[in-house]
Amino acid sequence: MDKVLSNKKIIALYVLPSLLLILGVVYIPIILTGYYGLNKWNGISAMSYIGFENYLALAKDSAFWSSAWHSLLLALFSTLSLVIYLAVAMVLATRIKGANLFRKIYLIPMLLSSVAIAQLWLKIYHPTNGIVNSFLQSIGIANPPAWLADTSLVLPALFIPILWQYAGFYILIYYAALKNIPASLEEAAKIDGANALQIAWKIKLPLAMEVIKVTIVLAVVGSLKYFDLIYVMTDGGPNGASEVMASYMYRVAFRAHDFGYGSAIGFFLLVICLIITWIIRKLTATKDTIQYS
Amino acid sequence: MFKKKWTMLLLTSLCLALVLGGCGSKGNNGGASQGGGEAKGDQVTVTFMHLWPEGVSAGQNKIVNQIITEYQNENPNVKIKQEVLDNEQYKNKLKVLSASNELPDVGVTWAAGFLQPYVEGNLFAPVDDLLNGELNGKFVAGTTEAYNIDGKTYALPLEFNIAPVYYNKAIFAKYNLEVPQTYEQFKQVVKTLSDNGVAPIALGNKDRWTGSLWYMYMADRIAGQQTLANAISGSASFKDEGLIKAATEVQALVDSNAFVKGFNGLSNEEAKSEFLNDKAAMYMMGSWDLPNFTTNEEIPQEFRNNVGFFKFPTVEGGKGDINSWVGGPGVGLFVGENSKVKDEAKKFVEYFVTKWGEQSVTGAGVIPATKVDTSNLELPQLYIDLFNEMNQASSITLFADVQMPANAAETHLNMIQALFGKAVTPEKFSEEHDAAIARGQ
Repeated sequence: MDKVLSNKKIIALYVLPSLLLILGVVYIPIILTGYYGLNKWNGISAMSYIGFENYLALAKDSAFWSSAWHSLLLALFSTLSLVIYLAVAMVLATRIKGANLFRKIYLIPMLLSSVAIAQLWLKIYHPTNGIVNSFLQSIGIANPPAWLADTSLVLPALFIPILWQYAGFYILIYYAALKNIPASLEEAAKIDGANALQIAWKIKLPLAMEVIKVTIVLAVVGSLKYFDLIYVMTDGGPNGASEVMASYMYRVAFRAHDFGYGSAIGFFLLVICLIITWIIRKLTATKDTIQYS
Repeated sequence: MFKKKWTMLLLTSLCLALVLGGCGSKGNNGGASQGGGEAKGDQVTVTFMHLWPEGVSAGQNKIVNQIITEYQNENPNVKIKQEVLDNEQYKNKLKVLSASNELPDVGVTWAAGFLQPYVEGNLFAPVDDLLNGELNGKFVAGTTEAYNIDGKTYALPLEFNIAPVYYNKAIFAKYNLEVPQTYEQFKQVVKTLSDNGVAPIALGNKDRWTGSLWYMYMADRIAGQQTLANAISGSASFKDEGLIKAATEVQALVDSNAFVKGFNGLSNEEAKSEFLNDKAAMYMMGSWDLPNFTTNEEIPQEFRNNVGFFKFPTVEGGKGDINSWVGGPGVGLFVGENSKVKDEAKKFVEYFVTKWGEQSVTGAGVIPATKVDTSNLELPQLYIDLFNEMNQASSITLFADVQMPANAAETHLNMIQALFGKAVTPEKFSEEHDAAIARGQ
């Protein structure tokens, strides 16, 4: 086996199918998207080359920047909520009663598709029959807000189901990372008189740091390109109050028939994601990794 | 050893090519003949892509299949191959197929603004020869015009829709309300209902075109049909006094709690269910929703008996008359310009349109774009009434979002939501419209 894998031609052969696939399905479309962004094109008739006009228009498009701001807010909240997910995972990783049950409860939203979650929360937020407003009315608030129709409330109202949707995913990752920490370290600390908080802060957190960094990147990049739940629940409305970059791209390309401009937005989105990933990796870079053994 | 490796490499790439090729080869066998044992002439296959899946549009789906079966019996050398998608998927697939120049021989399209880019891209074949042939004079006036671009007609319409205000007779009776003839009376109805804690109008303005219907009627009644039509076509301004007043009136309606709570966050389906559940008294929608109020067995008979409709009331001092409607042709059939079996495709379209006219009335309860004599048919009263109203129409204004090019339509729809949500003033609303229409495309 070793002999086979040291043969460069064989390696090339094994890599080739997936390489071709990933080139065809991922990289070539990215390059094409960047190229479409340089054209005026309605997606149907012939393209005409207009240079960087679309990208320049992007800089002046207030609707785009407001959607970018919403994406950024979502990224910020997703990152902040990682703290809660980590705390939950730490509790679940200790031997508390019913940890198994809780783990399942947190994981269930992960099993549902985004569309199902959107339908569920649409019912919850329904202005007259929804659980939220029925509850508010029952405690004496006569005129509760119409969550998804109110431009100032729609964004937080959408963030809640999004954060809820991904809770299970991050908790699972953290749980696995924490379970990987040898029990002997914790026991040693206990013998030395450390309390639970000190163990969490001084031992578990540093040892889970590599995983935490990865989850920050995942949360930020995932938020920047977030689309589905918002598309189904509000379609970016009302008046663009819940528009994010990806939903704006879809609107421009598929509704307004402006594929050139839509592609420019898509390509810009890719560049932003790359830059932000790079920044996060720089900011969280540590020189010496902590080892336990 | 070396040779073996390269054979493997070749084999792998071959498999890959097969897998990838398999994805794209659907619907590509335009003129392929299939087992033409007894057929005399050339066996041809006409591909037909439409948007009436069995689950969503059972009535239409049945009719389509009937027509196809009959056609194939009469023309044994033709085989019609269907591809069925639902609405949103259909629109997206049509775009993708156009980009790769693989449109079906016959397909479904919408009018005016939707049609334009396809015509500019030379993808649809003109069908004027059919219009001047056997189908001459068979269409309801004003229907084929919507498919006309630069003097050529690019599709034949199947349906024709107008938008009345449906109302719940039981709720109206409970509060002693009468069908309003004037806008003053209408406002009084709204006030009575809202004072009694009943939502007057179900509106799902998340979909935006729903609110557009209300604005269009308001504009039509106050400024007149011609003013609105000119503003949409760009030959006049939306800053017309009457059009601004119409926008102001829309906001006044919102202020008087005329629409269900949270309408800007509700989809049309959600709003409709408020109406279907007796929670809202009125609902303005195209005549395509008629089956829900006449023959749809899933909706309780008791509710269906309670549904009536009225024409949008006249506004005092306004220029519009009560018989002017907002509406337009629904979908139409196009023939692909690059179709290899264009003649057969055109023949099929001609046949389909003729048959559809008769069968869609009784089978699906939709109003066809071709003239139909309904006197001998047994039909729900609501349907007949609306049908008669349509024949008396003084003018019909095409839905604004259909009429405008896609980009301007998008601005119009956004502005509608902003207007209803009071995020823009009527002046700003008009300005944005003018700017978008001036930009064109």
